[in-house]
Parts: sequence; structure tokens; C-alpha cells
Amino acid sequence: MADKRILIVEDSPTMRQLIAYSLKRLSGVSIVEAGDGVEALKKMATETVDLILTDINMPIMDGLKLVSLVRGDARLRNIPIAIITTEGAAEDRERALALGANDYIVKPIQSGRVLAVARELLGIS
Amino acid sequence: MSSEEEKGLTSRADEFLQMFKKGAEFTQELMKENERLRYRILQLEGELQGNDITVAMAEENRLLAARIEELEQEKEEILRRIRQIETENNDFATRYVEIEEENNNLANLYIASYQLHSTLDFREVLQIITEIIINLIGAEEFAVMLLDEKTGFLGAVAAEGIALEELQKVRLGEGLIGTIASTGENFFAEDPEGYVRDLLSPMVCIPLKIKDHVIGVIVIYKLLLQKRSFAPVDFELFTLLAGHAATAIFSAKIYADSERRLSTMQGFINLLTR
Repeated sequence: MADKRILIVEDSPTMRQLIAYSLKRLSGVSIVEAGDGVEALKKMATETVDLILTDINMPIMDGLKLVSLVRGDARLRNIPIAIITTEGAAEDRERALALGANDYIVKPIQSGRVLAVARELLGIS
Repeated sequence: MSSEEEKGLTSRADEFLQMFKKGAEFTQELMKENERLRYRILQLEGELQGNDITVAMAEENRLLAARIEELEQEKEEILRRIRQIETENNDFATRYVEIEEENNNLANLYIASYQLHSTLDFREVLQIITEIIINLIGAEEFAVMLLDEKTGFLGAVAAEGIALEELQKVRLGEGLIGTIASTGENFFAEDPEGYVRDLLSPMVCIPLKIKDHVIGVIVIYKLLLQKRSFAPVDFELFTLLAGHAATAIFSAKIYADSERRLSTMQGFINLLTR
């Protein structure tokens, strides 16, 4: 089976590493990392991505802007996106889902939840 | 022949005829009795055969009943075993979830400690501690306070959700924060949901310890909206992370001091050798 590529967009290197470490337990998955929305778009211009996991609060370009740009791009719009954020209010969740995010994970980070969402969005049993 | 002789002959002929009739009747009776006995023999033979079948069936029934009893017992044993296996499976599933959670926590702790010890830059160490407290512990408002051993005061060096200026210096041994720094014991408010923010009396106060030597504290005033209370694992995670944070801060401070001294010495050497 070809590798599924997951793009982690998060400004904290510690968090990127934590999320990547959780996802390494999925077989046939490789990780691409970006520190903000702009870097993520640059990576997606040259690399194929099967899933995006993004934080909301990031410098330069936040996660919500990234979601709306991805959904507005004909080449990228079908990539599933999950938000991983500290923003736990219901309205934040609704806003992200309305913009086109497929799932919403709140911090503190729980590896089991991240894995379950990644499996579901990638269609891995 | 005289009439006398004729009468005697007739009388004997009658007698003979009577005897013959009686003999014929007796024979008839014998034949009837014979017939009746034969019929009785057949009847008894039939009854005897019927009795054999009944006995055989009764024996068969007894064996079948014993087998049914045996199978019932086997079924009970199998059902008991299935129930036992189901219980064991549930136990294993619960244990699996627990181990999975422990594994995740250990992985988180490993990465957090790896990151904490990946730099000797004091500001960077504080930034990593902040990220860990937000993302792994789930705190929204908190501060890192370090002890100035010369003055005996604890002062905030990093904060999230609160301005550093808002946080007063605390004397070692005084108030909740000072006491925790003095005793080295963790403090958790009993009812995090009912906690009302008081900068001198935090919801959580964790000493930053290197062995028994306290170099500062982490104080938490507010958890993230979705984190309403502490999970059992949080208490362990706090302590372990605080230990790693303490050594990382201590190493970074020593390194910064040594760099400063080296720079000063280099300045002197440069002056002397100019």
C-alpha cells in the first residue's frame, strides 16, 4: 500500500513532535511538518498530502485561514482536515467545521483521539 | 339263539356304544384342552418377549438419562468457562486501554523531556515549559516562578494568560506558594471547578525540584475550558514534568552563568593581552 502522507501544521516543535510520535503508530504513514499556514501551503504546492492536522493559533497564517484556502483550492479541496487546538468552546468548533474542517480535536493532546481521527479520515481500519 | 342270549348281546352292544361315545367325548375334551394350552403357551411366549423389550428400553432410557445429565453438566461447565473468558476478556480490554493510556503518557513525557533537554537557552527552556503546560496539561493561565536564593523570594519568569507584572514576589515559606516552595509538596485544589482565581493562592502549585532542592514552582490559575478537572495521570505527569523542567532550567541557568563568566574572563584576557 502506498504511504499516506499527513501534514502537521503547528507552530510548537514540541507539539509537532508529540503529534508525529502518535501518528507513527499507524503503518504506511509518513509525516510532513509545517510551522504555520503559509509554510503548509508551500509544502502542499510540491508534495501530495492525504490529511492535514492543523492548530488554530499560529503566527503568519492561522489554521482557520489555512482551512478556508485549502477548501477554495480546486487541487487541494478534497484533502481531509482535522483541527487540533486549545479552543474548546462550541462556537470555535462550529466555526472550524463550517469553514470545511472534517474534525475538531481539543487539547490537552490525547494520542488515542488523534490516532482515531487520523484513521477515520484516512480510511485506515 | 335264544331270546336270553339275544338280550345279553344287545345289552353289551349298548354298553360298548356308550363306552365309545364317552371315549369320543373324552378325546374331544382332550383336544380342546390341548388347543387351549397351546394358545396359552403362545400367549406366555408373547408376554415374555414383550418383557424383554421393556427391560431393554428401560436400560436404554437409564443410559440416555445418564448421558443427558453428563451433557447438562458439560454444558454448565462450558457456560461457566465462557462467562469466565468473557470476564477475562473484559479485564484484558480494560488493561489494554490502561496500558495504551500509560504508553501514550510515557511517549508524551519522553517527548516533553527530550524537548526540555534539547536546549541550554534559558528563554527557550521556559518557552518549552509553557508549551508543555498548555498542550499536555491543559492549563490556560499559569506562571513559572523561580527562587532567588540570595533574597529568598520567588519571582515569576514566565506566564501565560496573566501579565508578569501582575504576579507579586513571594517570600519563601510565606503563603501557599511560599509554603509549597519550602516543603516541596505538590498542591492541588480539591475542587478545581469551584476555584476562584487568587494570584497568591493558585489552583495548582508544583515545586520545581532537583532531588530535594526546590528551585521554583509552577502555579496554575485556570484550566482550559474543556479540561474541567484533573485525571489521576495528571498528578504523576505534573511531578515528572516538573522534575525535568527543574533540571532543564537549572542547566540553562548554569550554562548562561558560565557563558557570562567566560565572556567576562575573555574581556579581561583581551584587556591584559592588548
